[in-house]
Amino acid sequence: MVAQQQDSGAAYLRIEGVSKRFGDNRVVRDVSLTIARKEIFALLGSSGCGKSTLLRMLAGLETPSAGRIVLDGEDLATVQPHHRPTNMMFQSYALFPHLTVEDNVAFGLRQERPKLARDAIAARVGKMLDLVQMQRYARRKPHELSGGQQQRVALARSLAKEPKLLLLDEPLAALDKKIRQETQLELVHLIERVGVTCIMVTHDQEEAMTMADRIGVMSDGVLLQVGTPGEIYEHPNCRFTAEFIGETNMFHGRLGPQGVACADFPAPIAVSPLADHADGSEVSVSVRPERVLLSREAPGALEGGLNSAAGEVVDIAYLGSYSVYHVRLSGGRTVTASVPSARWGDAAPPTWGDAVWVSWKAPAGVVLSR
Amino acid sequence: MSRRRPFLLRGRFWVGMLPWTWLLLFFLLPFVLIVNVSLSTPDLAIPPYIAPLHQAEDGSGVELVPDLSSFQRLGDEIAALGEDGAEPLYLRAYGNSLLLATLTTVCCLLIGYPFAYHIARARESIRNVLLMMVMLPFWTSFLLRVYAWMGLLDSSEVGLINQLLIGLGIIDTPLPLLYNTGAVLTGMIYSYLPFMVLPLYANLVKLDQRLLEAASDLGARPLTTFLSVTLPLSRNGIIAGAMMVFIPAVGEFVIPDLLGGGDVQMIGRNIWDDFGPNQDWPMAATVAVVMVLLLIAPIIVFNRSSRSEAGEQP
Ligand SMILES: Nc1ncnc2c1ncn2[C@@H]1O[C@H](COP(=O)(O)OP(=O)(O)O)[C@@H](O)[C@H]1O
Ligand SMILES: [Mg+2]
Repeated sequence: MVAQQQDSGAAYLRIEGVSKRFGDNRVVRDVSLTIARKEIFALLGSSGCGKSTLLRMLAGLETPSAGRIVLDGEDLATVQPHHRPTNMMFQSYALFPHLTVEDNVAFGLRQERPKLARDAIAARVGKMLDLVQMQRYARRKPHELSGGQQQRVALARSLAKEPKLLLLDEPLAALDKKIRQETQLELVHLIERVGVTCIMVTHDQEEAMTMADRIGVMSDGVLLQVGTPGEIYEHPNCRFTAEFIGETNMFHGRLGPQGVACADFPAPIAVSPLADHADGSEVSVSVRPERVLLSREAPGALEGGLNSAAGEVVDIAYLGSYSVYHVRLSGGRTVTASVPSARWGDAAPPTWGDAVWVSWKAPAGVVLSR
Repeated sequence: MSRRRPFLLRGRFWVGMLPWTWLLLFFLLPFVLIVNVSLSTPDLAIPPYIAPLHQAEDGSGVELVPDLSSFQRLGDEIAALGEDGAEPLYLRAYGNSLLLATLTTVCCLLIGYPFAYHIARARESIRNVLLMMVMLPFWTSFLLRVYAWMGLLDSSEVGLINQLLIGLGIIDTPLPLLYNTGAVLTGMIYSYLPFMVLPLYANLVKLDQRLLEAASDLGARPLTTFLSVTLPLSRNGIIAGAMMVFIPAVGEFVIPDLLGGGDVQMIGRNIWDDFGPNQDWPMAATVAVVMVLLLIAPIIVFNRSSRSEAGEQP
């Protein structure tokens, strides 16, 4: 029981109320977060929101203005960067340009005290290069490698010392889109195989959703929401998260007894009753496009709580397995609906200018008060 | 495809020609003239030599008679090395010059590296001020600055340093600071320091900070980081600075002449003596030509090793 608890490592890394300011600029604001052993955690946010700064505080490259960082029971505040059990893979890698691939990977091992034996270092370097499949390039210098190869060398270098915590700053941002997608899962498998706890920083929501066990959404230095990719997508807790992760239809209005009364929707939008929103308060409703149904006829009042409106197709993006329809309602507001191509069976799908109805069930709308 | 204009009408061609023209006019042509003088025969005339290509005395036209006797004298000095009573005047001067230039280069590097490093690490707003201070001495004439050193180092009671030391009661009798090798070295280090600092600064300021962070993150202490990352990556700056100091220092004339005693024989002084008082232009030219040839070797070595690094700087 005890062993199990330790294994699940409820709080391997604890970040408690960490803030960072540069002069008057509050870059990271009161971030608290716990991360479990062997978890892959992604900090997601647009550029400049303070993700890298938070990561650099974990690595010891910046000192927090306030707060505490505890890793595996050890408060890191007083541990200098060159003594921390963390290793970082830098944005655009920061490989040493004057050293070969193997010397780059060996660099950290050569700093170990007591000193490691020469053949122990060589064996470890060989193992790391095997892991990232770069043995053939051991004698090359970084400038003789492609971007993807450099990325793998950087990964090997940051894993060589078996850190307790692996920090990845935009690990794939410097790669071409195609290689990036291939590399995402490869990287996850590799990290899982090594079994290292990992925090990565990215501005690419698809990358975060693909790779991470849990995601922390950051904006303006504040950690807005933490959850699994599914939780964050299906149950965003604020407008920023709802709009930052994936596409959504956002309606603004006032919560009343029949639903949310919006200026740009013909009827009050029925939502699943939510106790924590007071009547009369200003709220938003987020409806994901794949939850919006599209039909040629008015949907019958099959069930209670069906929201529907008539409109006209103004745009269609055909994406193979599904299409994204942009439907303009009579009030002028556009609603997007992503519709599986199979939805229409043998019938011809609606096309530009067709009159259609959009509808969604009450639970599909997520009520957001901030 | 658009038709290419003839190369003589292309601006790029002429811009590309500019440095070559410069080298041709101000290096190659003078060098050829000096080589010509070095192969001449001394003569009591104006100019005081007979060029290898001259009117035959019997009036039978032009004849080509290169006179190798100046080179022969250098060769004789080498041959006589180790014999009793050998006075290798020129060789000693070459040796002194190379030694002093090497010492100057090493000292400038040791002093200049921390200078350049700290300027490169300084906040951007004060970086330019610091650089300006490095270049400030250039606002005064070089000669004046050497004279100022004479005033500082003077070996009598009026020398400023001696005055200070006597005034503080540290010494009773003035120290012989001027007219020796130490004075020459001091003057040379002082004069050439900016030529070391500037190329080193230009190199160090480009150094990617994240490489230092990466080294620290991988467990390297600050000193290890410096020795294994900063220093090797600044190699090209060190080479450039060393060339900027070493090459002119070998031929330095003014500083040894003003600050050095009679025993500090350097090659620049020999050349001066032979062109001036001794009126032996072919010998002076020979000494100069050999010096240029001597310098080509380190230049090639420097160049080769900085080229091998070329692809590595991001
Ligand atoms: N050393 C620093 N000094 C001053 N401001 C900084 C420093 N580092 C980062 N910042 C500022 O902090 C903000 C967040 O930076 P960063 O953490 O790199 O963002 P992200 O990685 O999310 O793009 C930026 O506005 C940046 O200008
Ligand atoms: Mg960043």
